[in-house]
Amino acid sequence: MEFPRALAIPLAYMPLAAIERAAGLLFQRVLKEHPDLFERLGEYKSKRFAFLPSDLPLAFIVEPAGPSIRVTRKQAMQDLADASVEGPLFLLLALLEGRCDADALFFSRDLSVTGDMEAMLAMRNALDGADIDLPRDLSRLAGPLAPLFGEMGRDIRRRALNGETSRWN
Amino acid sequence: MHRTTSPSLTMGPVYYLWDGPKWRDFHFRIADEAPVERVVIGETVCSKRQHFIEPHIAEVIERLEAAGKTVVLSTLSLVTLERESRQIRDLVADSEHMIEANDLSALGLLNGKPHSIGPLVNVYNAPTARLLAGRGATSICLPPELPFTSVEKIVAGAPAIAFEVFAFGRMPLAISARCAHARSKGKIKDNCQFVCGEDPDGLPVKTLDRQSFLALNGVQTVSHTCQALLGELAGLAACGISAIRLSPQDCDMVAVAKLYRAVLDNSLDADEAIMLLREIYPTAALSNGFHHAREGAAWVARARDTAHGRV
Amino acid sequence: MELICPAGTPAAFREAVDAGADAVYCGFRDETNARSFPGLNFSRQELREAIAYARRHGTQTFVALNTFMRAGDEEIWYRAAADAVALEADALILADFGLMAHVAERYPEQRLHVSVQASASNVDAINFLVDAFHAKRIVLPRTLTIADIARIAPQIRCEIEAFVFGGLCVMAEGRCSLSSYATGKSPNMNGVCSPASHVRYRQEGTELVSELGDYTINRFPAGEAAGYPTLCKGRFDIADSPAYAFEDPVSLDVMGEIDALSAAGVSALKIEGRQRGKAYVAEVVSTLKKVLSAGPEQRTALLMHLRGLSEGQKTTSGAYEKRWR
Repeated sequence: MEFPRALAIPLAYMPLAAIERAAGLLFQRVLKEHPDLFERLGEYKSKRFAFLPSDLPLAFIVEPAGPSIRVTRKQAMQDLADASVEGPLFLLLALLEGRCDADALFFSRDLSVTGDMEAMLAMRNALDGADIDLPRDLSRLAGPLAPLFGEMGRDIRRRALNGETSRWN
Repeated sequence: MHRTTSPSLTMGPVYYLWDGPKWRDFHFRIADEAPVERVVIGETVCSKRQHFIEPHIAEVIERLEAAGKTVVLSTLSLVTLERESRQIRDLVADSEHMIEANDLSALGLLNGKPHSIGPLVNVYNAPTARLLAGRGATSICLPPELPFTSVEKIVAGAPAIAFEVFAFGRMPLAISARCAHARSKGKIKDNCQFVCGEDPDGLPVKTLDRQSFLALNGVQTVSHTCQALLGELAGLAACGISAIRLSPQDCDMVAVAKLYRAVLDNSLDADEAIMLLREIYPTAALSNGFHHAREGAAWVARARDTAHGRV
Repeated sequence: MELICPAGTPAAFREAVDAGADAVYCGFRDETNARSFPGLNFSRQELREAIAYARRHGTQTFVALNTFMRAGDEEIWYRAAADAVALEADALILADFGLMAHVAERYPEQRLHVSVQASASNVDAINFLVDAFHAKRIVLPRTLTIADIARIAPQIRCEIEAFVFGGLCVMAEGRCSLSSYATGKSPNMNGVCSPASHVRYRQEGTELVSELGDYTINRFPAGEAAGYPTLCKGRFDIADSPAYAFEDPVSLDVMGEIDALSAAGVSALKIEGRQRGKAYVAEVVSTLKKVLSAGPEQRTALLMHLRGLSEGQKTTSGAYEKRWR
C-alpha cells in the first residue's frame, strides 16, 4: 500500500513550513492526549528519531526531549537523526497506533531501520505501550478542521489494515 | 578460604570426539608429564560418543592415579533421554570417584555426597554456591562467562568451597538438542556417523565476511578464540581461587600445563607466557574478554585493549 | 489446557487478557528478567494495575524473575521478588537456585514456577527442583520431543508448561553464552540476547547486512524474509560454504500437536514474545484461543494465518519433532 501518487507529488512541492505546521499541530494533539508517551524512552529521550515515509520525499524528525517535530526534505536530513525507520506512510501511522507488529513488518522487509537500534527499539515500545488512536485523538482537535482529521485518520487506518492483513494471510 | 598456597591445576574433560587410542594416550601423557593435580575425565558433550572411550577408562584411571593425580568423573551436560538419565543414576550410585555434575539431574542425585560442580552449571552468585555447598558440593568450576568482579564476590561469599576458573581452551558457549556439526556435513543427529570425530579441535564457523567466530563440536558450540588467563592468574590466586582449569585442545597440553604452572610459580613472566602459548596453540587467537567484563572474544592486554573481530 | 501469554507493556497485557489468556507473564523494567529491552516491561505501579485488571477478568499474572543474580547485587532480585509477592503475583518464574531458595524460604506460600532458563530437561532435574524449592510447575526447555515429555510427565511431581508458539531458542536455554561472546551481554546475566545496542543494519547494494558487535550475522538478498540478528539464526561459512549453521530465521509453532501435547501431560501452553507489539499479542492469543477449541481440521487454516507474523515468515516444530535434531 503506497501513499497515493496524486497526493504525494503535490506534497513534494508544498512549502515545508506549511507541512511542518500541520505535523506540529497533530503532534501536539497526540502528546496532549498521551502526556506519558515518551516516558518509556528513559535515557533515549534525548535521541532524535526520523520517520521516513518511503512514498514521500519528506523526513519527519521527532525530538522527544523538546518535544518537537521537524519536517525536512529527505536529501537534507543527513545527521539530523540518531535512528530512523523507513516504510510506507500508512504503515508508519499504523505503527504509531500499535496496530501492526513492527517485528513482523521488519521480517517481511516492509520496514527498514538504521542507526541507534536501542533508541529505535525504545521508541517502538513507547509507541506500542501508548494507546494512540489517531481518529479519536485527532477528532478532539478544536476547530473547523476536526471532522476532516477524524475522517482522514479512519481512512488511513482502514487502508493500512486492509493492505497489511491481506499480506499476512 | 584465602589460601596461602598457589592454586593447583586441573585438566578438564576432553570435550571433542577423539578416537579411543588418542584419548587414552593423551591421558597417559598427562599422567606421566603434566603438573596437574586433578584430571576430569568422561564424555561431557554427547552420549552417543560414550563407546569410544569406554574401553580405555579403567586403564586411564589407573595410570592417572598411579601418577598421584586425583581423578574426577564428568557427567553429561545435556540429559534428555532415559538412557542418559540411567547412566547418570548408575554413575552416582556406583562410583568410588568424585563426580563432577554438569547438569541439574546430577546435582539432584548427588545431594548429600561430596561432589564437584562443572563449568556448565549456572553458578552466578554466592547464595547459589552456598546452596550447592549445603548439598555436598566441595568444589565449583565457575562458568567461563563470569567477569572477575563476580568471581571475587562469589569466592569471598562462599568460603567453604574450593573454586576453580576456566583459564585455557576454547570456551563452551552453548549446547543444543540439535547437532549442528552433523547437520553441516549433511547428516542428522540420529544418523551422524560420528562425523564430529573428523574435527578433533572443532569445525570452524566463520562469518560471511570471513571472520573467524565459532567452532562446532557435535551438539556443543565453542568459541573460536582460546580463553587464556595468564596475566590474570596472580589476581585469581590473590582472591582465593583454589584451582585453574585447562580445557584440552588438540595441541601439546603438557606444554600448556607446564606454562601455566610456571606462571603460577612466578618462574615465568605472564607476557612471555602469552607469546609462548601462541606458539603452542597457534590455531586460534587468544581471548580473555569475559574475565574483564567485555565480549568474550576480546583480548584485553594489560596495558592496551584490542578486539579480535577480524582475523 | 491453559494458554500462557506474553506482555511487554501494559497495553499488550490488556490485549492478552481481552483475547482470552488464562495467564499473562511479564517482568519488571530492569535486568531481573530475560527480556530487559529498552522501553519494555513494567514499573511496580504498572504491574499493580495490570494484576488488578487481570483479576477482574479471571486471568492470572505470572512474574518472570528469570535472570541469574549478579554477584554482590542479589538485593535487586530479592527486592523484585518481594515486590512481586506483595503485588500478589499468581506465580514467580525463576531460574537462579539462589533466588529459588530465597523465595521458597521467605515466601513459602508463593507459587514458584521454574523458568525455561533453569534448563531442567529430565526427570531427576525436575524432581530436584520440586524437592529443593517446592516448584509447582516446570517450563520445559525446547530440547525435548513430545515422546520425551510423555515419558517424563508421569515421573515428576509438578505441572508441565511447554512453549508452543513464537521465538525458538536453538540452544538449550539458560546455557548459552553466544551473545555475550560477541557483545559482552547475555540472557543469563543481562536479560538480553543479541542486544539492540550492538546491532547494526546496513544496506550493501541490494543486500541487507545485519551485524552484531564486530560480526556479520547475515546478508539478506532483496525480497528475502529477514529475521532477528540472533547468533543461532545467523548465516555463516562452514568449510567455505554459506549456510544457516544452527537454524534458519524461523519460529516455533506446535499448535498443530496440541492433542499430543495434552495426552503427553502438558497442562499449560506458553506463547513466546514479550518483545513483540500489542498487535501481535492480540492476533496470536485470539487465534490460538480459537485453535484450542477448534477441531483438528480447522486448526491448520487458523495457524496459517499467523505465519506472516513469524521470524523469516516460517515456522518449525523444533525439537518437539525428533527429525529436527
